[in-house]
Amino acid sequence: MNAVTPIAKGSPKDWETDQEVRWCPGCGDYAILKAVQRTMPELGVAPEKTVFVSGIGCSSRFPYYMETYGFHTIHGRAPAVATGVKLANPELDVWIISGDGDGLSIGGNHTMHLIRRNLDCQFLLFNNEIYGLTKGQYSPTTKVGTRTPSTPYGSVDRPATPCAFALGAGARFVARGIDTHKNLPSVLKAAHAHKGTGFVEIYQNCIVYNDGAFENFTAKAQAPTHQIWLENGQPMLFAGGTKGLTLDAKDLKLTVVDVIDGDWQAAGVIVHDVTNRGIAMMLVDMTIEDGFPIALGVLFDHPRPTFDRAVIEQNQKASAGKSPDLQKLLNTGQTWTVG
Amino acid sequence: MATAAVETDISHPAPQNADAVVVRFAGDSGDGMQLTGGQFTLSSALAGNDFATFPDFPAEIRAPQGTLFGVSAFQINFGSGAIDTAGDAPDVLVAMNPAALKTNVKDLKPGGLIIADEGEFGPRNLSKAEYDANPLEDGSLAKWQLIKFNISQLTMDAVKPFGLGNKEALRCKNMWTLGLALWMFDRDRKPIIDWLNSKFAKNQTLADANIAALNAGHAYGETAEIGTPGTTGLPQRHVGAAPATPGLYRTITGAESIAYGLVMGSQLAGLPMFFGGYPITPASSILHYLSGLKEYGVTTFQAEDEIAAIASAIGGSYAGQLGVTSSSGPGIALKGEAIGLAIMTELPLVIVNSQRGGPSTGLPTKTEQSDLYQAVYGRNGDAPLPVISCRSPADAFDCAVEAVRIATQFMTPVMLLTDGYIANAAEPWKVPDVSVYKPFPVSFLDHVPEGGFKPYGRDNKLARPWVKPGTPGLLHRIGGIEKEVDTGHLNYSPANHQAMTDLRKAKVDGIADHIPDQEVSTGQAGGTLALVGWGSTYGPINQAVSRARAKGLDVSHIHIRHIWPMPKNLGDLLKSYDKVIVPEMNTGQLKTVLRDQFLVDCKPLNKVSGQPFRIAEIEAAIEEAFA
Repeated sequence: MNAVTPIAKGSPKDWETDQEVRWCPGCGDYAILKAVQRTMPELGVAPEKTVFVSGIGCSSRFPYYMETYGFHTIHGRAPAVATGVKLANPELDVWIISGDGDGLSIGGNHTMHLIRRNLDCQFLLFNNEIYGLTKGQYSPTTKVGTRTPSTPYGSVDRPATPCAFALGAGARFVARGIDTHKNLPSVLKAAHAHKGTGFVEIYQNCIVYNDGAFENFTAKAQAPTHQIWLENGQPMLFAGGTKGLTLDAKDLKLTVVDVIDGDWQAAGVIVHDVTNRGIAMMLVDMTIEDGFPIALGVLFDHPRPTFDRAVIEQNQKASAGKSPDLQKLLNTGQTWTVG
Repeated sequence: MATAAVETDISHPAPQNADAVVVRFAGDSGDGMQLTGGQFTLSSALAGNDFATFPDFPAEIRAPQGTLFGVSAFQINFGSGAIDTAGDAPDVLVAMNPAALKTNVKDLKPGGLIIADEGEFGPRNLSKAEYDANPLEDGSLAKWQLIKFNISQLTMDAVKPFGLGNKEALRCKNMWTLGLALWMFDRDRKPIIDWLNSKFAKNQTLADANIAALNAGHAYGETAEIGTPGTTGLPQRHVGAAPATPGLYRTITGAESIAYGLVMGSQLAGLPMFFGGYPITPASSILHYLSGLKEYGVTTFQAEDEIAAIASAIGGSYAGQLGVTSSSGPGIALKGEAIGLAIMTELPLVIVNSQRGGPSTGLPTKTEQSDLYQAVYGRNGDAPLPVISCRSPADAFDCAVEAVRIATQFMTPVMLLTDGYIANAAEPWKVPDVSVYKPFPVSFLDHVPEGGFKPYGRDNKLARPWVKPGTPGLLHRIGGIEKEVDTGHLNYSPANHQAMTDLRKAKVDGIADHIPDQEVSTGQAGGTLALVGWGSTYGPINQAVSRARAKGLDVSHIHIRHIWPMPKNLGDLLKSYDKVIVPEMNTGQLKTVLRDQFLVDCKPLNKVSGQPFRIAEIEAAIEEAFA
């Protein structure tokens, strides 16, 4: 995001609206809202310079609860609206709030193009693997076999992996978090610090229609052995340092190895380099079913020039030395004078 | 023009004077007919003629050579009097191959002149055009005057010194033809030579070859080969300058005119412009023109689809610029939901629809005015939207300014209707003095007003305040869910929805208080018959009405710019005639709206062939009404 005048650090309360929050009791969205409101005062951006743009779905109610400028648009189109906002005023700090249906199904096209262009913004994809607002149909991230009102015999289509989709579209920042996890604010901060589209997938529990969808790695008992929080420059360790990831160079794949007595080097555990796109592609594809932990934290962060800067610079360059004299413009071309 | 074309003594005659001439250039879509027509138009402008043009080309970029559906044509009507239309029937048809002859000759006036490139009338091309026998030889063209020569060979001969390949040499054919046409109408070659030199500035050989072809065509007109007395020869004609108000003129197409009008509007509003577009025929040229005007504060964004194009424009308006998007019918259909969002969030937005033949993909390169229902009614919910329609390329400039004025003054999306004919056709335009346009500067709300900030509070025009994100103290949220009166908070209550629906309607209805009364274009208020039109049918209706009035018939022409809301006097005006006929290039859309709004028994006159009305078709309807 852009350099802005630092302001007096406020409190999370300053970022709350007076509107009644209307998600189901126990919804993961509450935790994400709190995490965002806790993060905002840390960023040094004035609330009036901040715009939250959302599509349609449970997650997309988000802007109403943030004491910033907000635009609750239409289904799937938040990235396109946000692109217009940012190009019209690049000084604004733009956050897009979307879900798995909004951002990957009806709006998948816009998500892809937002990422490929690399608009400077934060894209938070609340992934609950279900359509909540329409009462529980399966979504593009729902696991095969899930029974829903529209798949009474179980869904048969393969789910998408949001972070793999983002990397495939050319994302320069990809991160993962969990709604209730304490690390979420630090992930959001990193996304904000990245210049360009900061793509963050947040596993969000839908307590009504898909409760426990992420239980196999979020439950207290499972978390240590089924989550790996990656940090740039640090070895890829989990399970309290007793396990790690190593690169099988021959087959070009990641493998889980045991780490004895903390000697990760001896075990061949690799160090996380956030600029390594190849490794990031392998990290986002790891599944519990294949015996891996779920990769979390900042998985890839390697900035390149942003779309908004490119547009503004071209506009400036093309306008340099020219005057916006409309009369002159109209007077040129195939003209003749009647005396 | 006169029937002078059939006179045969043309040994070395002085050019015949003609009032108006219609010429159609027709060839394969690769033959460069649009270019030939465009340059001939320029020469007509420089000769001081009034004119109107009609480019008619296939949807395929390079349709298979020689086929009937690959024919591209350009018609120009130029004269020493006022010209309103591209002309009903050509006086002269230039046919570059059998397919061009076959698809166009039926339109030619009896006694009209055919100039054919006989070099292209070989067995292969004849068969592609589904001719059993060569029409140049079998007498089937007897009711017209036929002049044939081997333009292909003559061009090859003319450009031989430049050593071009066969294919490149033949590409100069259109310039040879243009040279001949310039001779026929007593025109100066110099502007075309200048243009060729600048067009091929990077390849002097090509410039020289094209100029040689042009000169050869011109010289050919003068030489004895076709001027031999007793043979059917080529007559030369002179069309004098049309009387015109003194001033600077230029040629303009509707697409250019709209682009410039939008820029003018944004300057009058004091706003930068954000244009979100997606390529679609025939609307793309607006995107092309605007993308070259960055120094006028224009940002153009070619979005990933039609929906993103309008959504980004809405985002641009939300952030405080003039959001504009443009498309044609199928794209406008895709934008429907987003138009509703702009209506709900009450943000200014200009949506340009360059109409084409529909439904679905329909006829991408042909003209139609069948999106009036879509513009006025085509959204979910009660979603009123102002609609303005352009009558001609020149008129499009003022219509674009008007669209921007209404959008920004009333905080509403506005639909600006044009069509494929207006977008592509060129006409002379007296360049306006931009200093006479009255500015309508936008004032953004930048402080908490007395009584507190109400995002959905209203001014006396019922417009809500426009607040730019970034403004301290006015943080608020908007969206597509029903808004609470004044506060703009979410509100689903029955009374509030009724109130907000009524407000949105009253705001748009109220625009009628801020637009001019409906005028009568030709004729007078009250009488026996009124012809009521909208859009690009202006020319043929006006000509037909003028001719009927010259014959003493009591008929007037009314042409509506403000389609929605309609001018306040329109109902009474329509009721002041005994009969009302509504000519439209659709199955009767304006007719239905007028009947609904005013309970006037409007009769339809419809044409949906993808071609503009002919004057004669409308004249016939007038005569019938008086029969």
